[in-house]
Amino acid sequence: MIVEVRGLQKSFGDHRVLDGVDLDVAEGTVLALLGPNGAGKTTTVRILTTLTRPDAGTVRIAGHDVVREPEAVRAVISLTGQSAAVDDRQTGRENLVMAGRLAHLGRRGAGRRADELLERFDLAEAGARRVQHWSGGMRRRLDLAMSLVGTPRVVFLDEPTTGLDPASRLTMWDAVAELVTTGTTIVLTTQYLEEADRLADRIVVVDGGRVVASGTADELKTAVGSERLELTFADADVRDRAAGLLGPAAVPDAAGPRLGLPTDGSAAHLHRVLDDLSAAGLGASRVTSTRPTLDDVFLTLTAPAARVLELSR
Amino acid sequence: MTTTTVLPAHDGLRAALSDSLTMIGRSIRLTRRDVETLVMSIALPLALMALFVYVFGGAIRTGGEYVDYVVPGIILLCAGFGAASTATAVAADMTGGMVDRLRSLPIRSSAVLTGHVVASVARNAVSTAVVIAAAVAMGFRPDAGPVEWLLTAALLLFYVFALSWLAAFLGVLAGSVESANALTFAMVFLPYLSSAFVPTSSMPAVLRAVAEDQPITPVIETARGLLTGTPIGSSAVLAVLWCAGLLLVSVNAASWAFRRRTAS
Repeated sequence: MIVEVRGLQKSFGDHRVLDGVDLDVAEGTVLALLGPNGAGKTTTVRILTTLTRPDAGTVRIAGHDVVREPEAVRAVISLTGQSAAVDDRQTGRENLVMAGRLAHLGRRGAGRRADELLERFDLAEAGARRVQHWSGGMRRRLDLAMSLVGTPRVVFLDEPTTGLDPASRLTMWDAVAELVTTGTTIVLTTQYLEEADRLADRIVVVDGGRVVASGTADELKTAVGSERLELTFADADVRDRAAGLLGPAAVPDAAGPRLGLPTDGSAAHLHRVLDDLSAAGLGASRVTSTRPTLDDVFLTLTAPAARVLELSR
Repeated sequence: MTTTTVLPAHDGLRAALSDSLTMIGRSIRLTRRDVETLVMSIALPLALMALFVYVFGGAIRTGGEYVDYVVPGIILLCAGFGAASTATAVAADMTGGMVDRLRSLPIRSSAVLTGHVVASVARNAVSTAVVIAAAVAMGFRPDAGPVEWLLTAALLLFYVFALSWLAAFLGVLAGSVESANALTFAMVFLPYLSSAFVPTSSMPAVLRAVAEDQPITPVIETARGLLTGTPIGSSAVLAVLWCAGLLLVSVNAASWAFRRRTAS
């Protein structure tokens, strides 16, 4: 495990932000920390990147302890924070060259690396212009590029697409996906389920400073609920007769002539249901299949108890 | 806290020097492009000088040409403005993401502040030269020889260096660009409560005590003495002591505040 976190605790004053967080990230994989605002995502990232000291617990990055060997940790990581850490009054290239010089690539090495990254992040054309004239999406890409100058082994991205328009978000996702192909380990935080679903190998859901669930996107979805068929009928009368035919598993919908039915998602099951219905002369006008989305997972796992009850009504 | 593993490339004085040079280059570039601040830090002292020389100057008796009296004060006022903009630049770095980025790199974090301070000294050297040139155009006639000029330059550099570190400390302390501005008010205002514009002997007793025992007066008296031949007395020693003390305290306070703010 290139990232190992055990029993991480942190309080600010009386407020306990982290209450025993454990994490493991395998080298070359992407871990998403998913959670609502105030769940402790950013504090976790700040501790993992040596910026904040934990009250208790241990963090090892590439075998180095973040508290006792911060220099060694800093040599293998990079951080892209929530606010773009780029200088508006420098050009894109100047920003990158500065990062390269700080990574001790030398004058020529820094220049070469800057051009390479501008090319890779589709910023070559804007590279000679000052960043103050750039769009939000371009600034974020430059921000990410700057954190890659030193070829880090573990890249931390704190809400990399918050506040971006959909097109810029897609470009950013592509950039991250490409980074994964080079074998870089990525730890990202996000409030967007789609982002976690799309980018992450493993998702850790945090809420109130604790890990409330972890696994792949599929595992989490399965844990929350199974797939369902939703059948729509001509009217409530047909619906009720269909419900009688399909047995107690079928749940009529109070709001319309519909009913829900658990399914294993196979075509055979769908076939059997529809065949049974048409044999009894109770044809459904419409059939949809729904899988729980990560949104369901998120809300179920992080919602206050009252909302959970409401959802499972 | 012990550091057990340090990459050779990031070790030692050479790396620290290289990091500082990179950050100095950055701060100077940012300063050069911050046209509004640059213009303000030169135009304001110039406007004040014109105001004092041509408007108030006629009514102020200093026992000589008023322009000769006031120029050293204007130069220090100018340094106050220049240093104040250092505080806002540092505060901007602290509140934006830049400081996190730099601190998560294996570099000396002091390089950030060093960059700002050295850029501030460079900026002030330029604005001071402009102010002196303008002063000569307004009738300033110093009778200093090369040695006196060199000593004046050395004193002013020392003063600006110390003041810039103080500004860097305030910038780290501030927490926002706005409060950095507010905190540097004293730096901009203190020259008025000194012998910069009028002799302290013309002030009420309480004010005179303040004016005579604050750091700017001995620096001004020394610069004035070097440039125009007025008596210096103990001012030179006091000026050096004030600047050295200010520098020592500010560097340590800035480093302490920087560590504290970034390591909570």
